[in-house]
Amino acid sequence: MSGTPPRLILEGLTKSFGTYRAVDAVTLALEPGEFFCLLGPSGCGKSTLLRLIAGFERPTAGRIRLGGQDLTELPPHRRPVNMMFQSYALFPHMSVARNIGYGLKGMGKAAISARVAELLRLVRLDAFGDRRPETLSGGQRQRVALARALAREPKLLLLDEPLGALDRGLREETQGELRAVQRRLGTAFVVVTHDPEEAMMLADRIGVMEAGRLVQIGPPAELYRRPANRYVAGLLGDVNLIPGRLGPDEAGEGRSVETAHGPVRGILTSAMPEGAAVIVAVRPEDLVLGTAGLPATVTETTFLGDRVRRTLRLPDGSILRASGRPTDGDGPPGSEAHAGFAAEAAAILPA
Amino acid sequence: MTWVTRTALVAGLAFLYAPILVLIGYSFNASPLVTVWGGFSTQWYAALFADAPLLASAWVSLKVAVPASLIATILGTLAALVLERQRRFRGRALFTGLVLGPIVMPEVMIGLSLLLMFIGIGLDRSLLTIVIAHATFCTGFVAVMVAARLRGLDQSLEEAAADLGASPMRVLTTITLPLLAPALAAGMLLAFTLSLDDLVIASFVSGPGSTTLPMRLYSRVRLGVNPEINAASTLLIGLVSVAVLVASWLTGRRGAP
Repeated sequence: MSGTPPRLILEGLTKSFGTYRAVDAVTLALEPGEFFCLLGPSGCGKSTLLRLIAGFERPTAGRIRLGGQDLTELPPHRRPVNMMFQSYALFPHMSVARNIGYGLKGMGKAAISARVAELLRLVRLDAFGDRRPETLSGGQRQRVALARALAREPKLLLLDEPLGALDRGLREETQGELRAVQRRLGTAFVVVTHDPEEAMMLADRIGVMEAGRLVQIGPPAELYRRPANRYVAGLLGDVNLIPGRLGPDEAGEGRSVETAHGPVRGILTSAMPEGAAVIVAVRPEDLVLGTAGLPATVTETTFLGDRVRRTLRLPDGSILRASGRPTDGDGPPGSEAHAGFAAEAAAILPA
Repeated sequence: MTWVTRTALVAGLAFLYAPILVLIGYSFNASPLVTVWGGFSTQWYAALFADAPLLASAWVSLKVAVPASLIATILGTLAALVLERQRRFRGRALFTGLVLGPIVMPEVMIGLSLLLMFIGIGLDRSLLTIVIAHATFCTGFVAVMVAARLRGLDQSLEEAAADLGASPMRVLTTITLPLLAPALAAGMLLAFTLSLDDLVIASFVSGPGSTTLPMRLYSRVRLGVNPEINAASTLLIGLVSVAVLVASWLTGRRGAP
């Protein structure tokens, strides 16, 4: 390692199209070699943010820095950043080898073919150098696109829905591969995805975007356990949301919340005054059927092999979902049960 | 197919092509009288190739069509690139109208206005003025064809090239133009046939010694149609048909050149 590895820093990055703010004051610092995922539904501005970093869009306000260099005013072809496109954007009139070598202009002929061979090996396409992109399968094209984007040894690699065009089986295999390549090269990756599972599996940290704003940044487990709001909670997986009022600050683990069905305890994620309207977020796998907790009726149980999913109805008619090991309790449909959870497993969010 | 649709089809095609078939047929007529069939003969084709003024005019037409279609292709491509790739600029609608205007403008007006301009700037009418005039009215046609192809071209290909460090010039020469090649060739062929065909504009802007083939044929016809004209027209129709077929094959083909 020579010198300090570059960090990507976004400062108040904003992009407006007319009056519409596609990206709204995004501030973010990326660690060197980090695998970062931008997660959000389509139209949340994540792709625009990626295009801003690549240089295809000019920001309305804010700065982009990489290491000591200010990239904000640089055109795309002068940025030490490469991007893998969602459509892969392989050049149809060039062979696989020429596609991969396209960014290596200026190197000697021998050096280019050596580097191309090395990259073909990296993505396990050694024998495919002379093929045209249209003769490859989707998974192979994806790997060519990855090799091409890595050819110039970028300080930062941007990937727009890298697995979006692959079918399910291939996705899981490719996820692992992408992760392995990133670990081996130590290049910082920024991946845009709308798939929370993919984000959690790939990323060191996830940035959740909503309507152009970065609403929460953190490691997958933290976002899953301690979402900042109900949007993040719902985006990352199935969740039970129980409304209530924040109780007094007293001894014991977490804070109490007064719900319509009795008091529960959870962890406060942001400072709120006593009596504030809140929502308690509990994941289905943290809901335990037993003798303590909210009184409920089991309405449905579904056996899924490794787990059992139960649907519970609270006295006011609202529904809770619990997911547990098949041996947990019995709870046949119609039986009364109490749905409890550890304070540590519940996040108290602003309503 | 019912007999109604079949009859309609035959009638429609006859309406479009019967005159041309008659012309081709009479070009093989042994009799010098246009309307009297005197047996099969290729003598008029032989006469054609001995007709020095006519051959000279054909040569003039080629000398006009080749440079005019080249210039129209270059200008039309540049116009298409601006129309399709520079999405936001002031006066874009006006520019679009100005580029495509000559397609719908009456040829008499184009010819007359060009003639007035050439006189105005003191440019003597010659081969050069026909080339300029033809390049002018063909540019819009090329722009339309190239713009259609550009619209279908995934813009992320050009972005990917820029992302890989290619300057805008390198993106144009290594990505955009090679992928546009079929449309460029088709546009050029179209411009070539338009130039070869043109009578009206050329009549306005040609000078002494620069009589194109359509002009020569037209002046001959005014003195009476003879089978030699039929033969010349048949060859011209053949050439234009081949060019149009090649052009439509090029534009219809998908994917890389």
